[in-house]
Amino acid sequence: MRYAMAIDTKKCVGCSDCVVACQIENNVPIGFCRDWVVEIVDGTYPQLEIEIRSERCNHCENAPCVRCCPTGASHYEDGGIVLVTKNKCIGCGACITSCPYDARYSHPDGYVDKCTFCFHRIKKGLEPACVAACPTKCMYFGDLDDPNSKVSKILKVRKSKTLIPEAGTKPKLYFLI
Amino acid sequence: MREEIIVSGRANPFIDPHLHIWHWQIPLYLFLGGLAAGILFFAGLYTIMGKEKTYTTVVTKTPLLVPIILLLGLFALFLDLKHKLFFWRLYTTIRIESPMSWGAWVLMIITPLSFIWAAINIRKVFPRWDWKFKFMYQLEAFFTKYKLTLAWMMMISSVILGVYTGILFSAFNARPLWNTSILGPLFLASGLSAGVAVIMLMSKNHQEKTVFARIDIGIIAVEMFLIVHMFMGFLASTQVQQDAAELFLGGPYTAYFWIFVVILGMIVPVLLEILELKKYKIPVIIPSALVLFGSLMLRFLIAFAGQESRWLY
Repeated sequence: MRYAMAIDTKKCVGCSDCVVACQIENNVPIGFCRDWVVEIVDGTYPQLEIEIRSERCNHCENAPCVRCCPTGASHYEDGGIVLVTKNKCIGCGACITSCPYDARYSHPDGYVDKCTFCFHRIKKGLEPACVAACPTKCMYFGDLDDPNSKVSKILKVRKSKTLIPEAGTKPKLYFLI
Repeated sequence: MREEIIVSGRANPFIDPHLHIWHWQIPLYLFLGGLAAGILFFAGLYTIMGKEKTYTTVVTKTPLLVPIILLLGLFALFLDLKHKLFFWRLYTTIRIESPMSWGAWVLMIITPLSFIWAAINIRKVFPRWDWKFKFMYQLEAFFTKYKLTLAWMMMISSVILGVYTGILFSAFNARPLWNTSILGPLFLASGLSAGVAVIMLMSKNHQEKTVFARIDIGIIAVEMFLIVHMFMGFLASTQVQQDAAELFLGGPYTAYFWIFVVILGMIVPVLLEILELKKYKIPVIIPSALVLFGSLMLRFLIAFAGQESRWLY
């Protein structure tokens, strides 16, 4: 099982509902976020292009954060989800600096926190909070190994990209372009 | 003309200050770790070479400082941790892939070693030192018997400690400035040079001072070579690493790096040491203090600039 997410950059309007849904669902402390929206305007006026991306932890298959964690607090959970065990984390910050996507932050309580793909929800068969809250339905979540999952189906028909694949992290967050 | 305007986003320490994770504690600890490694390396080396009688400062005197240096470094490291009460988790696993785990375990070996070495040598420096308990004298005699083994262990683990201080950074491919294996040997050389500076400072023996002035010139020459090599590597590499090198080659850290680390921390002390060897009278405190300062600055600049370097996407 390999959980992944695909986000349609053509349908996303950058409303940040995913950010708020995540902050409420996961009780993220004020001033921090586990997912965020990036808007890139590219080109010279009047030929401008805009790309809007809802970004979060890429749950990499070759995760640098898991590799450099000195205590094994950062680990791969079932389905390739990268999680942090709070009471194993010493708060050294190595994983934060090792992440090319800067997806992690130091929680005010000391441990390191990040997107979990809403592990507590998907265990119950629900979708991650951000996916469920998206008003334009531009996010697809599921198992890459299952050809009938939403994410596999959409990746079959649409062109997609991952962020900085040259960093060698094998990310599992796809952006439909 | 092609313009790219990032309207919103994060992943940048200027937008997200909390991405500057490592403050003064980590570079200070890396400096102290390197310094301790430098002192212990030469203490081990000169014992193995059987020159403890002539080179007393290296073998007996400077290692007395190492337990203090290591404890200060460990304390800085502890201050850096944000989930402090869980620090013992470092010692419930061994993670071969994680440099920080390597560092934690090497410190676990080298810290007791440095205490033992200081203990078997302290009565040579302070003849009136009294252990108070009889078993302490027995312990001292026991460890003195295995001096040579201890020296070998100390020399090997100090090299691992010295290299580790650089590898800690170079294992992070997310920060292109750090992602070069040259940092391992560079930080080792810088640590050895700092160790030599302390030895020269504490030595009262002219012959010892001259020998270590020569050694320091050699080490600094290697360091310069490694620095040139590092920038050559960056400039011949990908865009992100070219941008990372730019931080030191025209970017905001240029003046600090070339003035404090290269000129004041390497070139000036080498020139002073050469003059010293040519029989000019130069107070040893000047080159020694400059080398220590340069070594400390190198850690700070690499640590801070590295956190600003990043992938573009």
